[in-house]
Amino acid sequence: MDEKLIHAVYDDDDVLLSAVKELRNAKYQIKDVFTPFPVHGLDEALGLRGTRLAVTAFLYGILGFSVAVAMIYFIMIVDWPQNIGGKPSFSFMENLPAFVPVIFEMTVFFAAHLMVITFYLRSKLWPFKSPENPIPSTTDDKFLMQVIVKGDEDKLNNMLTKTGAVELSMHKNESE
Amino acid sequence: MGSHYESPIRKPLVTGNKSYGDVTVDIARAVENPPNKQWFLAFGIALAAFLWGLGCIIYTVSTGIGVWGLNKTVGWAWDITNFVWWVGIGHAGTLISAVLLLFRQKWRMAINRSAEAMTIFSVIQAGLFPIIHMGRPWLAYWVLPIPNTYGSLWVNFNSPLLWDVFAISTYLSVSLVFWWTGLLPDFAMIRDRAIKPFQKKIYSLLSFGWSGRAKDWQRFEEVSLVLAGLATPLVLSVHTIVSFDFATSIIPGWHTTIFPPYFVAGAIFSGFAMVNTLLIIMRKVSRLENYITIQHIELMNIVIMITGSIVGVAYITELFIAWYSGVEYEQYAFLNRATGPYWWAYWAMMTCNVFSPQLMWFKKLRTSIMFSFIISIVVNIGMWFERFVIIVTSLHRDYLPSSWTMFSPTVYDIGIFIGTIGFFFVLFLLYARTFPVIAQAEVKSILKTSGDKFKNTHTNG
Repeated sequence: MDEKLIHAVYDDDDVLLSAVKELRNAKYQIKDVFTPFPVHGLDEALGLRGTRLAVTAFLYGILGFSVAVAMIYFIMIVDWPQNIGGKPSFSFMENLPAFVPVIFEMTVFFAAHLMVITFYLRSKLWPFKSPENPIPSTTDDKFLMQVIVKGDEDKLNNMLTKTGAVELSMHKNESE
Repeated sequence: MGSHYESPIRKPLVTGNKSYGDVTVDIARAVENPPNKQWFLAFGIALAAFLWGLGCIIYTVSTGIGVWGLNKTVGWAWDITNFVWWVGIGHAGTLISAVLLLFRQKWRMAINRSAEAMTIFSVIQAGLFPIIHMGRPWLAYWVLPIPNTYGSLWVNFNSPLLWDVFAISTYLSVSLVFWWTGLLPDFAMIRDRAIKPFQKKIYSLLSFGWSGRAKDWQRFEEVSLVLAGLATPLVLSVHTIVSFDFATSIIPGWHTTIFPPYFVAGAIFSGFAMVNTLLIIMRKVSRLENYITIQHIELMNIVIMITGSIVGVAYITELFIAWYSGVEYEQYAFLNRATGPYWWAYWAMMTCNVFSPQLMWFKKLRTSIMFSFIISIVVNIGMWFERFVIIVTSLHRDYLPSSWTMFSPTVYDIGIFIGTIGFFFVLFLLYARTFPVIAQAEVKSILKTSGDKFKNTHTNG
């Protein structure tokens, strides 16, 4: 597909937000938006679906909890039951209070680390990954919107200028 | 612009009429310019202290723990005092970045980055002490539950010292990840401004290729929130578990149920003091007075005052309960603390931790930079004495009067402690010149509500 893409640069988050809404009302397709900081309401304006990372954290937490319980049960009760201070480890439930701290720490450990790893993988963030923001100033004070050109190009250009874009440039749409 | 409205009663958190671009320039300045003479002087002193400490560590490990001042009665002294002191200091970082995030306190944004850096660097110092005390630090991995050639020889999950291993390592690694995730957009900002190719390459590597897509920001915010939710009970659990090292034993003076909340309050107290110590200097040197304002220092002083009062109440409760319990050993332990041969340590602790923060009730004092700086150091001296008092005075007169003794540190005890202070400042000084010391992406997101430039236009127009 030989689609064209317009890069519209804004210098204010409120102007950008209203531009996004206006373009979506006019049924234009916005490929992506690059901003220097989280603009509140932008994900809704773009119609992005909510992220499920919090759910993954919960599941990872359950995993960590289970691993900890299984590990401590095996080590303390099955493999090497000891009589420490007259309190023999014969049953897991009776010794549970002493195991709570480690179970808690492992739950947090699994939930936090695996969620962050999932985030890095989903957002393709890792060392040696090259950045993909089209212009460097989107990490400073500029906001860039990529609009897929559909129909009349001039009409879209005019519309973008009217929404307050300070700079427009034409690019080829290279799908990932 | 209605959505950015904030009551004019709230003082602006960012002063100096800053725009988005100004924030970028101000935060990148320390990274892009060479440090001044004072930085090199401070770094030199810190490095010298670190190297001295390293020498003492090498001597201790190669000779044996006998080079310390420990004796058959006082088997734990400066090593564990320093360990608890450093862990406690570390607590403020997570508290500021996680707990204040959950409470939506916007003033955290100017200080959370440095406070988290402080957390990580001080937990590293804390971790050194138990490892050195093992005597054979190359076997430190034996604290992990790993299969071994001795058959079914495992670590003991009933032991508070093992809980510490899990608590501290979880805390250190989760704090590091929390810190680094927040750093990605700010590293990306420096990367995109860098002119020298080497610098660009380094910051590109550090920023993990952050591009600032709308979807990435959505995930970023969710991850920050969930990490804050996880880090909040975590930070409370860590010092609770540290206090279990003492509370689960049956030594009079240690065997008290008040320890977990009392230790956590003390940790927050000392941590905020350390944040004040570091930031009062940094805001001046890196010219960040418009971001870390007097208001920020005042708010931290209020936290210091409150947690100092909680610690004071805990001290008095301990004394009361010792008397009320009717246990003569417990009663003697506390009488000995306040009036025995270590009375000076006890009263140093009382003066620094209970009396000095009460001066913060005066607005004039808590908004004075010089006064805040002095109190922040006094508090950390007091908190060191607190741990020393709890540990050494509870041990040095045990059940058998024939084994009563005193503890005096050797040059190696002192050297290792000074060395960790040096190591801490080496790391922090390097951080201050190479990392974005303020979470600039977060500050930009509140600039329109809390920056004076925009706030004034709301109020006037």
